[in-house]
Parts: sequence; structure tokens; C-alpha cells
Amino acid sequence: MIEIEPRAGVSPRMRLLTPLLAALAALALAAVPLAFAGVPLIESYRQMFAGVFGSLFAFTEMLTRATPLIFTGLAAAIAFRAKLWNIGAEGQLYLGALAAVAVGTGAVSGPGWALTGLVLAAGALAGALGMLLPAALKTRFGADEVVTSLLLNFIILIFVQMMLEGPLKDPMGLGWPQSEPILDEATLPKLLERMRLHAGLLIALGAALALHLVLARTTWGFRIRAVGENASAARHAGISVNRTLIGVALVSGALAGLAGVSEVAGLKGYLTADLSPGFGYAGIVVAMLAGLSPLGVVLAALFVASVFVGADSMSRAMGVSSFLADLVVALSLISVLVGGFFTRYRLRWRARRTRP
Amino acid sequence: MEKPVILRLSGLSKRFGSVIAADHIDLDLHEGEVLALLGENGAGKTTLMNMLFGEYTPDAGRVLVRREGRLHPLPPGQPQAAIAAGIGMVHQHFALAENLSALDNILLGAEPLPALRRRLAPARERVGRLMERSGLAAPLDERVGALSVGERQRVEILKALWRDARVLVLDEPTAVLTPQEAENLFTSLRRMVAGGLSVIFISHKLHEVLAFSDRIAVLRHGRKVSEMPTHDADRAKIAAMMVGEEIAPPERPPASPGEEVLALEGVSIRARSARERLDDVSLRLRAGEIIGIAGVSGNGQGALAALISGLRTPDRGRIRVAGRTMRRPSPRNIIRAGVGRIPEDRHRDGVVGAMSVAENLVIERLDAPEVQRRGFLRRRAIRANAERLCHEYDVRGPGIDAPARLLSGGNIQKLILARVLDLSPRVILANQPTRGLDFGAADAVARRLIAARQKGAGVILISEDLDEILALADRIFVMHAGRLAEAPGRERTEIGLLMAGQMDAPLAASPQKARP
Repeated sequence: MIEIEPRAGVSPRMRLLTPLLAALAALALAAVPLAFAGVPLIESYRQMFAGVFGSLFAFTEMLTRATPLIFTGLAAAIAFRAKLWNIGAEGQLYLGALAAVAVGTGAVSGPGWALTGLVLAAGALAGALGMLLPAALKTRFGADEVVTSLLLNFIILIFVQMMLEGPLKDPMGLGWPQSEPILDEATLPKLLERMRLHAGLLIALGAALALHLVLARTTWGFRIRAVGENASAARHAGISVNRTLIGVALVSGALAGLAGVSEVAGLKGYLTADLSPGFGYAGIVVAMLAGLSPLGVVLAALFVASVFVGADSMSRAMGVSSFLADLVVALSLISVLVGGFFTRYRLRWRARRTRP
Repeated sequence: MEKPVILRLSGLSKRFGSVIAADHIDLDLHEGEVLALLGENGAGKTTLMNMLFGEYTPDAGRVLVRREGRLHPLPPGQPQAAIAAGIGMVHQHFALAENLSALDNILLGAEPLPALRRRLAPARERVGRLMERSGLAAPLDERVGALSVGERQRVEILKALWRDARVLVLDEPTAVLTPQEAENLFTSLRRMVAGGLSVIFISHKLHEVLAFSDRIAVLRHGRKVSEMPTHDADRAKIAAMMVGEEIAPPERPPASPGEEVLALEGVSIRARSARERLDDVSLRLRAGEIIGIAGVSGNGQGALAALISGLRTPDRGRIRVAGRTMRRPSPRNIIRAGVGRIPEDRHRDGVVGAMSVAENLVIERLDAPEVQRRGFLRRRAIRANAERLCHEYDVRGPGIDAPARLLSGGNIQKLILARVLDLSPRVILANQPTRGLDFGAADAVARRLIAARQKGAGVILISEDLDEILALADRIFVMHAGRLAEAPGRERTEIGLLMAGQMDAPLAASPQKARP
């Protein structure tokens, strides 16, 4: 018979080792589908590794991929810390991107830095408003934000498609449903010559650091943690739960919106309806892998981006399906969750006594 | 001459993680005997009874039951086997199906389902005879959900008797009863014991134990520390055995009440369920006095506490703190007006378990300049505050940076006391402040409340424990069905009648026009 019992405490070494072991376990588990695909395993892993660390270009590609994941990971992390379940980062990302092209494609003109700032601000605001609605419905009427924020994603995506077929459609786009390109002055600068890596990464890192400080060092962060860990005690202690949740919703939405700005103004240059391959949802995975810690989100985003980019490049080199990348990400999430369980509990095997 | 042993616990042990809940406990129960099991919270009483009933599998040891003149071991971890051997258990939290009738509940599980309807009439007759014999009456056709707590308990006991229980185990049977109901319960049990039933009951109320049991066993830290016939025991002796030392009751110097610090004027709260309702409640609390509010739980105490805590705004009437009418009562405004609150459920409302002891000590005054500067936490000042308070209020645990949930119940309560009392509040609302605490911690809480009263605070003490109210309160009020009435005296039976809503005189004083 197996019994589950809680551990008395968690050693710091265990806390560090668990995610590492979980990542290794995930890669090991990935061997099963790889073997089914009939490719040589060692070579596959080598290709996966080379796809991320094989060259400067590969590495910057991974960082480029990690950038939106850091934003959406932070968006999920801050919301989840307050037990506000923002599943709508995908939609807020598109709202941010939409706002960025609305103001950044010639509607407003000005010096480059001001225009970039304006594009960022507009995107953050749009994302924030996108999460304000579910949060307001939750605090006023008790509507479940999981449902409202999730369903809003589809509404927003269809709205974006409508805009891209209508008012925002690029007349020079040869009929493709895409927006006009962002003005050169308004784009986020590239960080390296001939690489796609852009300043969005620096903003994302700055946001992670800022969020870490807010949570750990400020009274507002204190309130967020208190509301998330025990809303009833927080309310009893005079903390306004609703006001805190609304604030968290705005910040969370803004971060997701910035992911959209960063993709449009830093990478793609214009908006299409397939801007995001699910960065909003992947952000939830990133946040969970990170244990909802803002600095952990950076590491988790780098890991998830590595798996995506590495597996992509491996699948191209070995000629297997690129769905493998999704599989590895999913496996690592499960591994980390199982690992988290084992840091809190241990199993005890006991012989079942059979006595008359 | 001793009666034969009907039940023997032999070397029962159970470990939960690093906690040893029961450590080689031996205990004999004789036929027709009432054994009281005493001990502080966490002493292992409930764990022991759960092993006896097969709900926990012991790590070591056996339960033996007499059958055909010999003791046979029960298979561990099988409640069905315990039931078949004639052990009946009445939990503190009843295991009844609320949407079924009392009769169905009694029969359910003991009778094969298809036969149930067919055999209903003869069964009803037999249950009727059982009620007569035992003196336990319950309305058989009423839905259990509509029954009072006392009636539900009787249904639970009837359920056990229906299964031919020879040994009845009662876990804190009187915790939810009025003194009169408890009295009736014991009368019935006496009758059944005379008919050969054996009873083990767990209680915290020493006067019950002394009045009703034949023998007393005391557990402490998972061990049986003492066992004696009841006629050799007295209050002081038992208390000392439970704690391991003598504890004198706290001294309460005469009150010298000052000006009004809290007033409720005709406050009503409308709610669907009776337990959240307040009906035209008025109260004046003065500085330097303790008002005790007695009553069976679920009669509006929760609503009263929520009101004074600022969690609930009254639908009617006014609340005045230190002479100022609270226009928009909220926890924040109430705290600022000088009300300190000790919540009933300290784990749910008192602390954020995942946050540190130091953080929990400042959670009610995040905006104070000692706690923050321009929105940034003053972490050194917060830690220094925690060091000081933990020392002053004797909060023990793994340290001020450890999460509050690692503290024991008593230490969490001390933490809350430290947070509340350090601000020298004018009003203290203490809702069940010693519930679930052991003697030592409960004594510390009582002393702190008296000390705060001496310093000029007005205290509202809501408690189900009449002993506690009698020991601490200067004036006593009773809540019943959302109404509050001052008890005319300090007589236990008088207060008990008020608790049961059976004495209308003072209650009728609040006129019917209060109803909207």
C-alpha cells in the first residue's frame, strides 16, 4: 500500500534540483515519440541542442522567441499570484498589437523615441482594458474570469480579423489581410546587426525585474500576495480585495498587450491574424513552470523557447513532425508539476497487514 | 467485582508525518461503563477513536472486542467490521444525509436497499420502540436538513443503536448543545447504560465528565498519562493531568466601566439563513468592561461579529465607535476607529498562512509610516516589530520569517492577539478566542483580554463555552435566533433557557415593529 505524506520542509537544494530533473525527465520522455518516429535518438538530441546553442544566430532566435513568452508569462504570473485566472493573455496580446498598428502606422507622427513610447503605451493600455472587462465582471457580478477571459480571446481575434479586412487593411498588401507596416521611427530597435533580436527583450527583462520588486518590496505587492493566498484574511485585515484584483488585472493585461506590441513593432513590422502561435496560452505554461515567480518566468521562458526552437530545428533536420516541440513542452510542464508534488509530499510504501 | 472487558485497545500507535498522534495506547472498556476520554487539543483523542472505529489503520497495536465470552481482534482499517462487532460512532460532525428523512437515515446502509420500502412499516415500529427504550425522541418523517442539531445527534445515536451497538463512541457530543439538551442527552445515555450499553465519550467540559462518567482516561501528547475512577477525581486534578501542571484560573479584578466605546442601535441584518440574521440588536459597551455573548452557535453570532468587524453593513440601525457613527463601515474604517478583531476562524480570517509571521503582524496597518515609505515596505522595521511582538506575546515557532501556517493554533492566536493588542484598541471583539486551544494557550488569551480591559478597552467576548463567559464577562448577553438579550443573572440554568429561546420575557422586550 502506498501512503502519501507531507514533507516537513523543502531544502534549497531540492528546490533548485527539482525543475532541472523535471526538464531532463521531459527530454527523456520525448525519446518515446522520437523512437516511434524512427529517428536516431542521439542525433536528434544533438540537433535539438545545436538548434539553440549551435550558432549566435540560433541563440538570438531563441531569445527572440522567448521575448513574448516572458511578457505573457509575467502576465499570467502576476494574475495567478492574486488568484485572478487570466486565461485571456492571447486576446490581450492581439489588442496590444492592434493598438500598436493603430497609432504606429502613420496616424500620429513625431520623433522616434516619442513614437515608440506612444506605441508601447497604447499597446499596454489596450491589453489592460482587455483584462479590465473580465475583472470587472468578476468583482461586480462574480462572473468566473476563467470563462470570460478565455472566451474574450475568440471575440478579440475575430475583431482583429475584421479590422484587418476593413479599416486597418494595408492597401499595398496585395489583398492579404494584414495591416500597414509600423513606421520605421516607431519600431523597437534591433539589438545586433543582421539578427532579428530586438529591444523588446530588454523591456521584458526590465518588466520582470520591476514585477519582482513590486511583489517582494512594496505594500501593493504585499496586498496582491495576501489577496492571492487568503482573500478572506486579507479582507478581514482591511485590504480591499476588489481594488487589488482590478489593479492586478490592469497590470496583467498591460503585460500581455506589450507582448503584442513587441511582436509587431519589434519583429514582424505589421499585424496579421496569425501573429501569435499561442504565446498567450504558452505564457500560462511558462508562469506555472516558474512557480509564479517573475524572475523564474525569465528562466522558464528561455527554457520553453529553447524547446520550441530546438525541436523545430531538429524536426527540420531530421524530417519529423514539428508537433514534437509542443509535446516536449507539454511533457516538461507535467514533469515540473509532478516534481513540485514530490517536493511537498513523499510516498511511503507499507506492507498491508492482513490479520484475521 | 469488576464487569467483564468488552473492548480492549492494545498498544495502538499512529504517526502522521513527524507527528506521533498516538503512542502505544492501552485502554479497557468494561460492560455498562461510561469512560470519559480527556485531553487537550491534539492529544490524540480523535485519532484513537478513529482507529477504534476502523477509519484509520493503526501503525501498531490492535483493537479487541468481546464476542462469546472471548476477546477477538478486529481487522484494522475496516469500519464495517467495527460496526458488525457492535461499535457505534457519533462524530463531532454528523454523517447524515440531509435530504433524507430521519427514519431513512437510521435505516440506510443497515438494510438492503430493495427491501427498504417493503420493510418500512415494521422498521418504523421497531425504531419507535428503540426511541421509547432509550428516551431519545426524533421526528422520524422530517427531513434531517430541517432538524435541530440536538435532534440530528439523536438520529445519529439511534442509527448506531439500530445497528445493535454495544459500544457507543461519542466525540464531543455536547459541543453544539444547550445545557438543557446536554442534560437530556446524558439522562438518555444513563438509561441505555443501565440496559448494558458501554460508552466512551470525548469532552472538554469537566463538569460533564465529573457528573456523568464512571472512569476517566487522560491523554497527553499521544500518550495515556492517567486513568482513574471518576469518584477519585476533581476539576483541579484533571486539569493538572491534562496540562501536566497546575493552572490557576485568571484573576478578574472588579470592573470600573468608563464612557461608551461601542454602541449598536437597533441593528438588523437581513439574510436568508437564520445564522446570518440579526434582528433589532442593541448593545452598549463601555471602556473597561467585558461583555460576554453566550449562545448556541449559528444563532447570529457570526453576523454580529461580521458587523463589528466591518465585514457586513447593517440593513437597519446604526453602529457607533467611540462616539462616532460609522457611516461606511468597512474593515479598514473599523480598524482605524480603534476596533481590534480576533476572528472566530483564525486560519481563514486571521492569518495569511503562506506569508511570514512578520508580515502577518503588520497586515492590518500597511499604510502606517512604520510599515512603509512611499509604498515600499520598510523591511527592517517590520522585522524589528515582529521580534518585539513575538517576544512580548510569547509567540513561539520556527521564526519570524517562517510562514504563519507553521505555527500551532495557540501561537497563531497569540500572533493575532499581539497584532490587535499592540495598537491599544478601544474595542476588542473576541469571537471564540479560545476555541480549539489547549489550557496553556487559552489561559494566556484570557489573561490578555483581562489585561486589555484593565487598560481601558471594552471587550466583546463571543463564546459557546459558558464556563469561559462566566469566568471572564462582567455582563452577559445571550443570542438566540438573531436576537440579543441581557441575561438577568449569572445562573447557568437561566442562561441555558435563554440560549434555547425558551425564556421569552427579556426577548419580548424588543418589539415586533422591528420587522420590516
